[in-house]
Amino acid sequence: MSKYAYYPGCSLHATAKEYDLSTRKVSQALGIELVEIDDWNCCGATPAHSSSHLLSLALPARNLARAERSGFEVLVSPCAACSSRHKFVNKEINEDQELKAKVNEVLPYPYNGGVEVKNFLDMISEIVCGDNGFDKVKKPLKGLKAVCYYGCLLTRPVEVTEFDNPDNPTSMDKILEVLGAEVLPWFPKTKCCGGSFALGKVELVVERVGQLLKEAKEIGAECIVVACPMCQANLDMRQGEVKRKFKTSYKMPIPYFTELLGVALSLDQNELGLDKHMTDLRPLLRSKNLI
Amino acid sequence: MQDAALGTEIEFVDLVKKESGVDVNVCMQCGTCVGGCVQEWTMDYNSRRITGFILNDQKKEALSSKAIWVCAGCHTCTARCPRGVDLAKVMDTLRIMSKREGLVHKEAKGIPLFNDIFLKLIKTFGRMYEPGLLMGHNLLSGNLLKDMEKGPSMFLKGKLSLLPTKIKGLDEIKEIFRKVEEMEG
Repeated sequence: MSKYAYYPGCSLHATAKEYDLSTRKVSQALGIELVEIDDWNCCGATPAHSSSHLLSLALPARNLARAERSGFEVLVSPCAACSSRHKFVNKEINEDQELKAKVNEVLPYPYNGGVEVKNFLDMISEIVCGDNGFDKVKKPLKGLKAVCYYGCLLTRPVEVTEFDNPDNPTSMDKILEVLGAEVLPWFPKTKCCGGSFALGKVELVVERVGQLLKEAKEIGAECIVVACPMCQANLDMRQGEVKRKFKTSYKMPIPYFTELLGVALSLDQNELGLDKHMTDLRPLLRSKNLI
Repeated sequence: MQDAALGTEIEFVDLVKKESGVDVNVCMQCGTCVGGCVQEWTMDYNSRRITGFILNDQKKEALSSKAIWVCAGCHTCTARCPRGVDLAKVMDTLRIMSKREGLVHKEAKGIPLFNDIFLKLIKTFGRMYEPGLLMGHNLLSGNLLKDMEKGPSMFLKGKLSLLPTKIKGLDEIKEIFRKVEEMEG
């Protein structure tokens, strides 16, 4: 069993509870041991990098320092924003020794830059789409018409995320295909959902989400699969406002890829947290005899 | 404008370079950034105009624009720029300068307000506390009931906790904030 430092981040302990549950469950089933970093702190997200460059590096660097002190070589985070902020630390301090010294000056203990940061999607992609094939699917997602939504921070900037492609990424599409779903080609897959405006300027999110739901529905998608708690919250929780503004009711389920992976592995639906969506995901899965 | 340390004139483009590390001088005003921008429709000036302001030493126009605040930070412009300008990073720097100089656009004041409350909560608890974020923002923006209807169902789904989690190493977080503030003046 491989052992990794696990950084859930704030969303996965709250609004994205089902992302945390399903990540832990599928990890267990695939022989990945996740050890939650003791006493981790918030990465600072967009408010930190919009306010202070140094703070935006120091907050995630404390988590990396804690993982490094505990002897971990790899930190895994399922959250697109958290993994991006932690990847930024490695990229920036390893390129600029002066900056590294400055970050270490504000940290309670030093971070030497020795912990690799991985997004959980990358890790699953290596396992499910690796050269050796994947023989653990017990319930193929037959007949499920899905589009994969990557958003921004998972993919860009590519120098930091090292993700497959900034405009047309396909790693999640390929995972879902291996699981047996019918993945539809969908160009808006990396067009921002409005992300951090969820509270500060919600009308911008409603506009973006309305557009994305429309473009998914038009091509016959039955669900939009995500790998980011902000994307999920915006797409799932703003459907009421979208209905009021655009006079269209989409009722589009927004599952995390980990939930669908769990379903394909035939894991217990309650343990995956499938009941926690605002737009219920279960009727769709029942209609395909998947749960 | 004057460079305080040197007592000489410093162009805005150089100031931006100094703070962000990005040289906007290489921008050729092609507008590729605008083509991929999902927020262009709600900006007062599109991203090409913003880089134009930087090149033309129009600091006040850039820093008081609505555009820098409604930029979602999605990095599409950075990914596509044929001249390699990291515009997303420049936008971060412009936001920091805009707030520092008190030039935040009147229609965008809710965004730095949200950022401040978010950071204050991290300083208080070490982690995000979403009910606190929502209530704090609603209180200070005078929009008390916004999103309140979502609370009960989220609570029942185990997505909201009534009490915040405080981390053990909170003193370390406070010290990080204090030192950053000290170093940045």
